[in-house]
Amino acid sequence: MAEAQNIPAGSTTAGSIAVAAESTVATRMSAPPSFDVADFPVPHGREEEWRFTPLERLRGLHDGTAVATGEGVKVEIEAPEGVTVETVGRDDERLGRAGTPVDRVAAQAYSSFEKASVVTVAKEAVLAEPIRIAVHGEGGVAFGHQVIELGAFAEAVVVIDHTGDAVLAANVDYVLGDGAKLTVVCVQDWDEKAVHVAQHNALVGRDASFKSVVVTFGGDLVRIHPRVAYAAPGGSAELFGLYFTDAGQHQEHRLLVDHNTPHCTSNVAYKGALQGQDAHAVWIGDVLIQAAAEGTDTYELNRNLVLTDGARVDSVPNLEIETGEIAGAGHASATGRFDDEQLFYLMSRGIPEIEARRLVVRGFFAELVQQIGLPDVEERLIAKIEAELEASV
Amino acid sequence: MATLEIHDLHVSVEAENGPREILKGVDLTIKQGETHAVMGPNGSGKSTLAYSLAGHPKYTITGGTVTLDGEDVLEMSVDERARAGVFLAMQYPVEVPGVSVSNFLRTSATAVRGEAPKLRTWVKEVKEAMEKLHMDPAFAERNVNEGFSGGEKKRHEILQLELLKPKIAILDETDSGLDVDALRIVSEGVNRVRETGEVGTLLITHYTRILRYIKPDFVHVFANGRIVESGGAELADQLENEGYDKYVKGGASA
Repeated sequence: MAEAQNIPAGSTTAGSIAVAAESTVATRMSAPPSFDVADFPVPHGREEEWRFTPLERLRGLHDGTAVATGEGVKVEIEAPEGVTVETVGRDDERLGRAGTPVDRVAAQAYSSFEKASVVTVAKEAVLAEPIRIAVHGEGGVAFGHQVIELGAFAEAVVVIDHTGDAVLAANVDYVLGDGAKLTVVCVQDWDEKAVHVAQHNALVGRDASFKSVVVTFGGDLVRIHPRVAYAAPGGSAELFGLYFTDAGQHQEHRLLVDHNTPHCTSNVAYKGALQGQDAHAVWIGDVLIQAAAEGTDTYELNRNLVLTDGARVDSVPNLEIETGEIAGAGHASATGRFDDEQLFYLMSRGIPEIEARRLVVRGFFAELVQQIGLPDVEERLIAKIEAELEASV
Repeated sequence: MATLEIHDLHVSVEAENGPREILKGVDLTIKQGETHAVMGPNGSGKSTLAYSLAGHPKYTITGGTVTLDGEDVLEMSVDERARAGVFLAMQYPVEVPGVSVSNFLRTSATAVRGEAPKLRTWVKEVKEAMEKLHMDPAFAERNVNEGFSGGEKKRHEILQLELLKPKIAILDETDSGLDVDALRIVSEGVNRVRETGEVGTLLITHYTRILRYIKPDFVHVFANGRIVESGGAELADQLENEGYDKYVKGGASA
């Protein structure tokens, strides 16, 4: 639904991102990207980018009424040698380079944060241990900004862990130098009342590899918007996601991969399980292959497993191709009920129903969990999935 | 000695215009050590019999009894039936993505045996059973039935039969879709289990081909939802020569 507030012709900003701004993917946003919240009208809920989100549960993040409180969230960063961790002010030049806020809440976050964290991995540093960023909600309202930058040929794994209770809007920038390899596991394991809206911007350098694993379990409303663009040819991005949406929860993952540069690849796979009354999962997968992006190879997939009645999934893959000179492009989306035939098969081998369900759900998530590559995180996720299933029976 | 007794079994399925009766009074008794072949034309209700005994929720029992050593099988849930010793080798085994064969087999054996098999002996047991069925060891790491060929699916079913050692094995069209080599390998697996004398076998088939490898003690002709004739192995030869025509009047096999 393209609305009346489309960008007027000729008003785009300079640079490659601006080309995206003229595309359908970008123009169905109600305002062009901006760091200033004043550039975005207060959403009323019928805009394409807000139509699935229950605005009344955003606790004022969208209309300016949410005000930061002193004890919003506590951020603790644990980093191995070779990593510089800094807390910087708003004027630091390293902020906001990977992307620009594309909706009002992201712009609100950018307009409202006071201090940002900048985590820098030195050029050619290969980290033996992950960088761990613990974001713990203390019950207040907070606006955040984090930058994770890898110098050329650096390799790092970052685990960002959200726990506790908070109303949090944030932007996270991932800046990958040439040949750098970054894996980010971002876990939303919030308490049940938390509200979390975040835009993740990755800018992938020449021949660099970016892997993102977004895991959402908790919260009342979680809306994560991972975005990827490429600074130079040869980059690859893998975006994986898992979510387990319970009764009453709204979990929304919106992705954009902007193939703005030739010979880059992307692979998106998000899987979710839902159970309980008014569990609502939203997945929007936008992939844009711009005219210049010859040799692009991309695939995106979303699968949802609905375990009970009363849950709702909105899954919208969207692939826009402006050049025919590509290596491959595809997308798939499927939402299915729990398969009774699978259950029958397993039970006919003596396996009790609850264990059979557990096997099927574990199996559903298995290939994605295996992508994480961090045994402690994998075990925690599996335990979490099991706990969610226990709660349902 | 384990005995499965089916008495006057009536089974319906939900059809568009209300329930439709598929089984119309089946009587059959299978004792440990015996092999019964149930043969019949397509649509006669053979598979319904198999799935009803295993407890598939699609089928509604409207009358009759099924007991295993006097215990009411129809009262049991699907998994309870399996643990009581009823095994169904399916014609169309289901894919379970993300669940490896080795995990599945061990979970299943643990459930049926009531305790987890000791890891060392278990690994050996599975390995030997797979070798006998000419299965590559890599097979154990694949996901259950995912991307299996027809022959691999059936071997996997018989592998489970060998490992779970049921009292009553129901083989639903295990021969369908198999080439001669695969049929021989699968039949040898069934025969190994039969030779223990510990299992009663209900072999459901459309064709007589598999009976060259698995010699039945009894042959039953199934038509229009019930057993219409019973005899020894010679009845299979008669069916081979004459087909099912004399049992199917007025297109009742539809």
